[in-house]
Amino acid sequence: MATKILIVDDSKLARMSVSKLLTSLRPDWTRFEAASADEAIILTGREHPDVILLDFNMPGTTGLELAAQLQQSHPHIPVAVISANIQVEIVERAQEAGATFLAKPLTSPDLAAFLDEAQARLSVTRPSVR
Amino acid sequence: MNAHPAVTLDDLERDALTELVNLGVSRAAASLATMVGNEVLLAVPSVEIVSYERAAHLMGERDPGKLVAVHQSFNGDISGGALLIFPETNSLELVRAITGGELPLEDILALEQEALAETGNIVLNGCLATIANMLQRTLKVSLPEIVYGSAAEIFNNSMLSGLSADDGAVLFLYINFSVRHRAIQGYIAMLMDLPSLVALRGLIGSLILRTSDDASDDRNSNHAVH
Repeated sequence: MATKILIVDDSKLARMSVSKLLTSLRPDWTRFEAASADEAIILTGREHPDVILLDFNMPGTTGLELAAQLQQSHPHIPVAVISANIQVEIVERAQEAGATFLAKPLTSPDLAAFLDEAQARLSVTRPSVR
Repeated sequence: MNAHPAVTLDDLERDALTELVNLGVSRAAASLATMVGNEVLLAVPSVEIVSYERAAHLMGERDPGKLVAVHQSFNGDISGGALLIFPETNSLELVRAITGGELPLEDILALEQEALAETGNIVLNGCLATIANMLQRTLKVSLPEIVYGSAAEIFNNSMLSGLSADDGAVLFLYINFSVRHRAIQGYIAMLMDLPSLVALRGLIGSLILRTSDDASDDRNSNHAVH
């Protein structure tokens, strides 16, 4: 079963940018996109993504708040919060919510490192996922 | 957004511009947080193409009181002005936050101008440099200048220089921020004239093309909600 990844960002350009990196790093993964936390929650319930990438600064529920919710509802899903806002407090809050913090603009090595780590976690918790 | 008929941005161009401003302002907020030693909270940026008069009115509407602003103009493929704006009553609190709060009032007063200029310089340069890097262009940024007055006065005094406002339309960007645990709030505003907006639209188009290079191959992408 192909690994499913959900990209959550209110900016289409930002989703395109992440999507482009994923095309080169994990071409066989299935991608889903959501433009808000609400959409992300619907898609998570419907599509059961294995990995989730969240933008921090979104109108309504922020990526950090969503990461904290997901930690409660789906603790097995590796989550990364992506933001250009590299303040210590934000990085720490992402980590408290069990998420990995990635700086925006997202670079290929940073995303690759997170995906490797996520895959290592998935191979333990969901061995059927590749 | 497209209140002025002379220029229009399509949805993706507007999205890309907002994201670009978001990146710049977020980076700048991180620098400001380091300076004041507290978290800086950001709102979602607002991007509008409006008449010059409307932009001046919007500035005044947002904060009717006395303000202090650090203004820097920028030149290059795109030209315009950038402002870091605080209510005048927050100015000393900002200096206190930056200097660590140990200094007596007279020293804080003496440092006010310098501290404001330096804060503006770091925040506005951080914001503009991130935007320039994303657009793969170089922007020349002027030295910071401190301006006092009402929002409309600051706007008229600082923004008119170097802007070609003849044709009426300007690109007006602003974002609110506040400092956690401190009585400091303000906003960052940016203004560009019509020739810059036309150039900016071209640069954003190139950015979109660079970003969509491979992603346009959407075989593995499922837009299940959209």
